Amino acid sequence: MALDRRQFLKLAGIGGAVVVSGCARPSGDSYSADADEFFFVQLSDTHWGFRGAPNPEAANTLPKAIAAVNALETQPDFIVFTGDLTHTTDDPKERRRRLAQFKELVAALKVKDLRFMPGEHDGSLDRSEAFQEFFGATHYTFDHKGVHFVALDNVSDPAARIGEEQLAWLKRDLDAQPADARIVVLTHRPLFPLYPQWDWATGDGDRALELLMPRKNVTVFYGHIHQEHHFKTAHIEHHAAKSLVFPLPAPGSQPKRVPIAWDPEHPYRGLGFRQIEAEAPVEYKLTELPVAKA
Amino acid sequence: MRRRLFLGAAAAAALGALPAWPQERVVRIGARKFTFDPDEVTLKLGEPVVLEFTTADVHMGFKCVELGVRADILPGEVARLKLTPQKAGDFGFFCDVFCGDDHELMSGTLHVVA
Repeated sequence: MALDRRQFLKLAGIGGAVVVSGCARPSGDSYSADADEFFFVQLSDTHWGFRGAPNPEAANTLPKAIAAVNALETQPDFIVFTGDLTHTTDDPKERRRRLAQFKELVAALKVKDLRFMPGEHDGSLDRSEAFQEFFGATHYTFDHKGVHFVALDNVSDPAARIGEEQLAWLKRDLDAQPADARIVVLTHRPLFPLYPQWDWATGDGDRALELLMPRKNVTVFYGHIHQEHHFKTAHIEHHAAKSLVFPLPAPGSQPKRVPIAWDPEHPYRGLGFRQIEAEAPVEYKLTELPVAKA
Repeated sequence: MRRRLFLGAAAAAALGALPAWPQERVVRIGARKFTFDPDEVTLKLGEPVVLEFTTADVHMGFKCVELGVRADILPGEVARLKLTPQKAGDFGFFCDVFCGDDHELMSGTLHVVA
């Protein structure tokens, strides 16, 4: 018996909890005629090049994650990487070496439609100069089956600001979208002040949210905080993804934001990636998947 | 040397509400990858102080969310932050300008005592 993707996921019971978006289904709205169901995968904070006790298997974690994505019964339409592809280094040559190795590794993904954005570890020390050599623009848009995706860069400025130029670009882009457009924002840092005491915020994130707020169908996917987290600013949902190097503690749960220690009894615990099903008209179903099966 | 003065909103309000002090105490804090020196600073409640920052290497930041103040610390310059603590307690501060590996650990505490 052939199973479709949703049936397969339900039967396979892959990964952790399924979070169903709280987006309401508006009635009487018109949507793009090509609106369709699809799914994509979010990988975040791979920190390629990291070496340290919080993940003694750092060199194997990204390859395992790639294998896990390739093993999905149905492959996603595309994959997004929401920043910190590499771990930071002061050496520009080493930075490029890590970016090159990362690019070579992810070339093994079966899905070839890959979307990258920088994290502060990739881009804050050189305003994403090296990142752009390998992956192109740090902010951009693309459309897929009736959803308008906006990749925002809140890391190339080391002070974590989006900046006037990019905010003006965002406004122009949003102004060009129909009132009922389905908008997904991809970014690295939280756009809202999740926990500013740990620098888990974007300096001018309120400006971006101000521009997005009049839009009724907006969802944000981001990384940076190395853990699953869900929050709403008014009607806008914000979903943080797990990391692929080490988990961090819950916001404000301890004095310092030091990594959660590696547990040899449960290697790769707290790490993972996410599958996002986009269903018309404006619902997203999130499935958290592990790096390695327990 | 070009000098910068950063005046936080909380500090500005405090200065207007309190009697003038004969001379503001100056507290010098040096920043370098990936520490503040000192990283523990004791201030008196209601006493105006000037925090003076310098950096030994790259662009750094100082931010104390609870007291509502921040400053950019640029190489070759002295950043000054006028502050009149309005509440007692321990308030964390950190570097909010990404400066490299272990940037996340660059932090300290302002102890405001009555």
